Amino acid sequence: MSVLMLTMAIVLCIAMIGAAFVAILGKSLPIAFLAAGLVSLVASVLFLILASPDVAMTEAAIGSGLTTFLFFFVLGRVRKGEHDGCGIDHD
Amino acid sequence: MIKRFIALVLLLTIGAIFAVLLLGYEPDAELNTTARYYADHTAQDIGSANIVTAIVVTYRGLDTLGEVTVLFLAAAIVGLVLSQGRQAAATRRGLTPVGELLTTGSRFLAPLIMLLGVYIFVNGHLTPGGGFQGGAVIASGMLLLLLADPLKHFSHGLISTLESLSGLLYVAIGLLGLFLAGGFLDNRFLPTGELGALASAGAIPLIYSLIGLKVGAEFSSMLASLTETEEL
Repeated sequence: MSVLMLTMAIVLCIAMIGAAFVAILGKSLPIAFLAAGLVSLVASVLFLILASPDVAMTEAAIGSGLTTFLFFFVLGRVRKGEHDGCGIDHD
Repeated sequence: MIKRFIALVLLLTIGAIFAVLLLGYEPDAELNTTARYYADHTAQDIGSANIVTAIVVTYRGLDTLGEVTVLFLAAAIVGLVLSQGRQAAATRRGLTPVGELLTTGSRFLAPLIMLLGVYIFVNGHLTPGGGFQGGAVIASGMLLLLLADPLKHFSHGLISTLESLSGLLYVAIGLLGLFLAGGFLDNRFLPTGELGALASAGAIPLIYSLIGLKVGAEFSSMLASLTETEEL
């Protein structure tokens, strides 16, 4: 692995850990979802650097694409339920 | 207090186990026996340029059939649960209009993404990737279409026909291998051809295309059921 690739991998790792902390500690749910998707996206680039392009494809399509969609979809459904008043009753 | 202490001890123990694993790790200088067998024999036995595909589809083909079955069960259960709340799409209200950028972009990109998915699974025996990856890419193209137009209606009949047909053909090809070649899911009842050509590696391109269609149809049906469901 050349020095350039190694530097890139280390930068990506730091970005991944940073995004993971944002996903856990962030107050806003949409930003946390996006950060979790970013973790997957960086992971897929790392898989590519580690010479496994097929795992990278799966991670990019499912981890950062479909999973993020699922999170947002459920968030939209839950919020809509709250507005309609047919969600959880607070009284 | 005692709870925190136990948690700390547990964390330290797990950390110590990982540290030992990491410190004791040495990359293999050469392939181990199983890996060397596959690396040496795949090209002449199976005729597939991509060794990973040869292992996934042929040597461990039964595992792949199991994986496809698990995915099928998951899709079937999602469809079953969500079909309880399915309503006519026209009754939905309060949809935020999607932007011009997303509409135009999805019209341009969705066919390209689908084409990439098909390319990935058709070339599964030559380049990295295969049925599962290609299917997932096709499903993300469908996702883009659904995001651009949430009221878009996909034909569930077509998706489920495609899905069951490809599953059935997959097992039928496996059985053909059992009768005409060395065993269940053996790819060599078709000529293995020239290494690296598109029409090579026996039945592997056929099997992987069927897996790709099946996985793509399963994910797409899950996405379509999710967006069509009004209330649970």
